[in-house]
Amino acid sequence: MNAAAAVPAAAPPVLRLAHLGKRFGGTVALDDVGLDVAAGEVHGLLGHNGSGKSTLIRILAGYHAPEPGGELEMRGRRVRLPLRPGQFRDLGMAFVHQDPALLPALTVTENLRIGALAGAALARIDWRAEARAVAALLEEFGIEADPDARVERLRPWQRPLLAIVRAVDEVRRLTSAGGLLVLDEPTAGIGDAGVERLFAVIRRVKAAGFGVLFVSHDLDEVLGITDRVTVLRDGRVAGEGVTATLGKDRLVEMIVGRAILRGPPSAAPPTTPLVAVEGLRGPGVRAAAFRIGAGEILGLTGLIGSGFAELGAMLAGARPAAAGALAIGAARHDLAGFTPARAMAAGVAYVPAERLRAGCIGALTVAENIALPVLGTLTRAGVLTPGALVRHASALCRRFDVRPPDPTLPLESLSGGNQQKALMAKWLQTEPKLLVLEEPTQGVDVGAREQIFAAVRAWAEAGAAVLVLSGDHEQLALLCQRVLIFRHGRIVAELAGTDVTEERMAHECFGTGPATSRPATFRPSAAGPGGAERG
Amino acid sequence: MALLRRGFERYALLLAWIATIALFGAIEPGIFLRAANFASMFSSQAVLVVLTYSLVVSLTAGEYDLSAAPVLTLSAMTVAILNAQWGLPVGVAILAALAAGAVAGIVNGILVVWIGIDSIIVTLGTGTLVSGVVLWISNSEMVSGISQTLVNWVIVPRLFGLSFGFVYALLLTVLLWYVLEYTPLGLKLLFVGRGRRVARLAGLDVGRLRFGALVAGALLAAFAGVLYAGTSGAADPNSGDSFMLPAFAAAFLGSTAVRPGRFNAWGSFTAVYFLVTGITGLSLMGIQIFIQDLFYGAALIIGVTLSVLVRRREQRERDVAETAEA
Repeated sequence: MNAAAAVPAAAPPVLRLAHLGKRFGGTVALDDVGLDVAAGEVHGLLGHNGSGKSTLIRILAGYHAPEPGGELEMRGRRVRLPLRPGQFRDLGMAFVHQDPALLPALTVTENLRIGALAGAALARIDWRAEARAVAALLEEFGIEADPDARVERLRPWQRPLLAIVRAVDEVRRLTSAGGLLVLDEPTAGIGDAGVERLFAVIRRVKAAGFGVLFVSHDLDEVLGITDRVTVLRDGRVAGEGVTATLGKDRLVEMIVGRAILRGPPSAAPPTTPLVAVEGLRGPGVRAAAFRIGAGEILGLTGLIGSGFAELGAMLAGARPAAAGALAIGAARHDLAGFTPARAMAAGVAYVPAERLRAGCIGALTVAENIALPVLGTLTRAGVLTPGALVRHASALCRRFDVRPPDPTLPLESLSGGNQQKALMAKWLQTEPKLLVLEEPTQGVDVGAREQIFAAVRAWAEAGAAVLVLSGDHEQLALLCQRVLIFRHGRIVAELAGTDVTEERMAHECFGTGPATSRPATFRPSAAGPGGAERG
Repeated sequence: MALLRRGFERYALLLAWIATIALFGAIEPGIFLRAANFASMFSSQAVLVVLTYSLVVSLTAGEYDLSAAPVLTLSAMTVAILNAQWGLPVGVAILAALAAGAVAGIVNGILVVWIGIDSIIVTLGTGTLVSGVVLWISNSEMVSGISQTLVNWVIVPRLFGLSFGFVYALLLTVLLWYVLEYTPLGLKLLFVGRGRRVARLAGLDVGRLRFGALVAGALLAAFAGVLYAGTSGAADPNSGDSFMLPAFAAAFLGSTAVRPGRFNAWGSFTAVYFLVTGITGLSLMGIQIFIQDLFYGAALIIGVTLSVLVRRREQRERDVAETAEA
């Protein structure tokens, strides 16, 4: 069941987890998960979004309490669960997240020593001694950086290295022995050269007696640096083993599972193209051109950071594009300098993934949120009565089955599924010719998901073009007639008809598809600044 | 239960006001409960009411305007200098004062919206700058002798013993309430203040709305200055200073009432008179002047604390809902 049997070690592992479970309401996020990380080992943790990786890491950080029965040992010593927030420090754990959490305006020395200085009762900081300590630390891990340089002056790929070194230093300060370093997607947006240097640092961390838990989406990176891997799927351990004996294909299989072949919901190929995107370029997107037919639901997917999510925001004018054109019917629009207002005027509606940050204001009412894009049409002689707002929203709530059907409630008091239905209502009332949906069923229960699918299909059947951007391949397989795969900021494959399956999509995303091959490089520098949101 | 609590929340400030009146009425029935006392309380605070609305407008759009009180002073001083010293007609002086306010608002708008600097910093700077201009043009001296016409139009009691200044403030309350509650503009400002990204994605011209709110806020502050000039028949180079804190206190305290969680007209109106009643009662009891600062300072802190607590509770309710569904 867990990896303890795979590598019998004399010394107890740095971290051992067993029978870890976590439920959120009725959903099982983790179920009987176990893994162990030995000293001097880099252990990969893999899985799709929603596979339970984040939940596991949050349990280690003391953010979530696991179900009773879970076990955690650090260096052979049993630790009581749940952990208190911050307890991980005393246990000798440190986390480095995608955002390295450095203060750009401060120097390397200040950033690296902030933890030590904050904890010490000093009358005076001896900056020369601090600089010496930092220089020694940088040298130990082979990082060439001036201790007096401000972090904002460093190259982007140097920042995660500093965060790692700082984490290692903190663990050492608090515990005598080496500890556990958790790296959560540390390579996002740092380029090929950066990845190689990061790996060099990780090898030194490993040599210093640390265990490293390496969480990543990128299979090449996992194959390049880890000694063993554990793969999670739907909250369970789907497989584990020694990396060298596993190939990329085997890893993909473990991540995806044996997906049932599923045909597209409607095989009728669209005849008249309604929307054409040409020569689109911008941060995260190197080049994209495609067409969407009237009545077609086109899917767009890729790994996080591949640029597919950025593309949707550019079509909606929410993110600046460097160049490109959007043709809807006979009208052509320049995508450079596109704004949300222009996009709406052109007939584009965009439902972003971040519901409570970009989609709506949770504290305001359902009626107000729904009415926002069409306020002008609801007034009589310039007057907007609350009654008119509520009547307008009530009709839409009924049509899209938003529950409870009381539009005077604050939107945030609704469940995620009903919030999303309200947002579908908000945008479908504008009768868009092009509907762009980003992760339309994130945090949405199964019943609401079906209703959202039905609304999307109905709008497509009414003659509109629909573009669904999602990392959820099951959803795309259920919804789309055609799916484009994004990798490194480009469209690299198109799946249509019976090829629209979860398995094919996963292979194309990872670059292990039969039709395509991937150059043997590490992560490219395609992901622009900002990158995509993490699921 | 939740409904009951929300109902209480809406009118808690009104109840607190009534309780304050009852308290001081019981202590000093002879003086405090006289109609003349109420008339004077209502009439004397029209300036504060209007300045508070200036802040309600900018705060609704998500901007802090610390230059509102200095703009009030600038406007009052402009009226005094143009009318009393230069002998220009009152109407012209008033228009010039409003124009000066508009210029201040436009400068704030350019720096905040176009250049993209945080409004607190910008208005701290422009506010101090405006105060400097006022001291300069007035030679740091009080300017009196403003035409009796203006004084008549502001403080001479006309309606049930209440001054015209109060009537203007009341009309402005209705107007602000109407704009915030019954026009698309009000809802747009609210969305801009709460989430610029959401507003932008819904096609709103976020920059123009923020700019407009800063200019409208400055114009209201300038109007408050005109009322001030009319109330006292003179302008004092430090006249606005004492209004700054009460106005913020009233705006935040007001956002916990009537429409809890939103800056609103009637809530602010109630808050101003709750605060003024407290001060009047305390001063009638012969308590020293420093009590005013203690009272306003405490009211600001309590008002902001309450509005944060209201939001946090909403946040918690949302978290519970999300966990249940995840």
